[in-house]
Amino acid sequence: MKWVKIGLAVVIVAFLIAAPHVLSSFYLRVVTEILIYGALAMAVNILSGYTGLAPFGQAGIFGVAAYAVGYLIVKVPEPQPIWITAPAGIMMSVIVSVIFGAVAIRTTDIYFLLITLAEGMIVWGLAYRWASITGAENGLRGIDRPAIVADFQTYYYVVLVVMALVAYGIYRVVNSPFGLTLKGIREGERRMQALGYNVPLHKFVAFVIAGFFSGVIGVVYVYYNEFVSPATVDFARSAEELIMVILGGSGTFWGPLVGATIITSVKHQVSLYTDRWLMILGGIYVLTILVAPHGLLRGAGHLWERVTGRGVEEKGGLLKEREGAVAETGEEVVRVR
Amino acid sequence: MDLQFWFTQVLNGVTLASLLFLVASGFTLIFGLMRISNLTHGVLYLLGGYLSLTIVRNGGSFLVGTVAAAVSMAVLGVLLERFLLRQLRGQSLSEVLLTVGAGFIIADFCLMMWGGDPLTIPTPDVISGSVELFGVTYPRFRIVTFVVAAGLGVGLWFLQYNTRLGAIVRAGVNDAEMVSALGINLPLVLTGVFGLGAAMAGLAGSMGGSFLSLYRGADRDILLWGLVVVIVGGMGSLEGAVVGSLLVGLVDAFAKALVPDLAYFTQFGPMVIVLAIAPRGLFGRRQ
Repeated sequence: MKWVKIGLAVVIVAFLIAAPHVLSSFYLRVVTEILIYGALAMAVNILSGYTGLAPFGQAGIFGVAAYAVGYLIVKVPEPQPIWITAPAGIMMSVIVSVIFGAVAIRTTDIYFLLITLAEGMIVWGLAYRWASITGAENGLRGIDRPAIVADFQTYYYVVLVVMALVAYGIYRVVNSPFGLTLKGIREGERRMQALGYNVPLHKFVAFVIAGFFSGVIGVVYVYYNEFVSPATVDFARSAEELIMVILGGSGTFWGPLVGATIITSVKHQVSLYTDRWLMILGGIYVLTILVAPHGLLRGAGHLWERVTGRGVEEKGGLLKEREGAVAETGEEVVRVR
Repeated sequence: MDLQFWFTQVLNGVTLASLLFLVASGFTLIFGLMRISNLTHGVLYLLGGYLSLTIVRNGGSFLVGTVAAAVSMAVLGVLLERFLLRQLRGQSLSEVLLTVGAGFIIADFCLMMWGGDPLTIPTPDVISGSVELFGVTYPRFRIVTFVVAAGLGVGLWFLQYNTRLGAIVRAGVNDAEMVSALGINLPLVLTGVFGLGAAMAGLAGSMGGSFLSLYRGADRDILLWGLVVVIVGGMGSLEGAVVGSLLVGLVDAFAKALVPDLAYFTQFGPMVIVLAIAPRGLFGRRQ
């Protein structure tokens, strides 16, 4: 298993580095979007997978950064350089996630879902109607990349590097003591409270961290797309990020990327042949929930177990990880329900 | 800004609230009372509206169209609940994503069948035109919407608090095992309630198809309105749906008249303020 994984990693990394030289620009765009949406799904996974709070408005927070960059380039008298726009975009996402988070983390489960959904729709609504800032349905056009990376083949490497950094950052977060506390909260909020953890604060910080990463990804996205419109912050985008997380495997590190790869490829491929891709996407949602509710990574893990007749060494199984998560918090081994 | 202006705005607010109530009451029934995270409410509204439009265009009356919309959405709702949602009980994220997916399919179907341009359901003369009301000339259909909403509100209230069925549903939400042990087929009852909620969406779609119009994305706008009302009012509460729709409807009407530039913020203003004070809404129950 270990060698299979290493081999797979080498192949994928080699492919990603060689991509601009071997792929047509259409498929290079698909790969770029997989990286961007995959990273965003990883950020969503901090909340939905590790903390147990499914955010339904992450596209809004991601889009705020994109809009901020667009505004500073298109709507101000002089287009601002990237060292102004990028921090400003990330800052906006953080500010918005502080506000949204403060409201949303007071609730759990359906309420959290609904409130984040409504929050995301606020951003969408403003994007749609606040024409002087957002350009309404026409969006903001002409967001040019900095001259040095103006060429898409070159910019692809920027995307690749930043997304790798984002993935590494998220890896550090979820594997830190803080990340383990989040898993503890997911498994037993009351117990964590009883153990003396400040649960609301942890949730809030997790929300803002996810917001920060979403902002970084939003900036990279808008320079890739060179255009931002209400579709960027649509609730379908938020839903898609969540389905990517679930399809790949909620609470697994690489799951969201697997999910993003499948959803994004299918979407682009299908849209080549038919206008009815939304219907097909809807079908994929329904099938994912009915057939693979625990995600393909876990499904694959179980399959591997069955084929080889031995356990998966790493966190393949749902139960195994659940027990591990709480045990590793170091306080006391708390059995899960 | 004389008395007439204020009166007109109040009428605008209350009639918009009536339509919102039609949407939100079914929504809150399914969401809050049964705790099923159902996001198909917006597309059921849209599909119901389009069905009614097609019937009216082919010579059916508005009443027939509205009833047909309600009935067909009830059937669709029952099928959804029985074959897709029932097996996911209690897993809200799965329910949400499944209903989002089903919503995509239905919305795309609507786009395929009726296109994306705004369409309005024509209403018969009896309920269109305008009426004179305390010196204000006002569209009759909006008044009709208010009457329908008030009537259905009272009906739902009666159903929930004064009938055996209402008692079963309320008890079933609190203690499903005990209710089943009493020999009541609870899943059947809950499927029925889901169908009722879906019927409300279809009916609201037919009313809304005249009141506003039907267009690509109307499902989303309506879902958003429904969400805001239910969050403000508190999930699962009929009283909350009434108060929430009135609050949201009135604030929207006055904001559009007084500060049109900020109208979009004011749709959410009440929600943000209420959430800051009471995260579960005005009439929300503790879990």
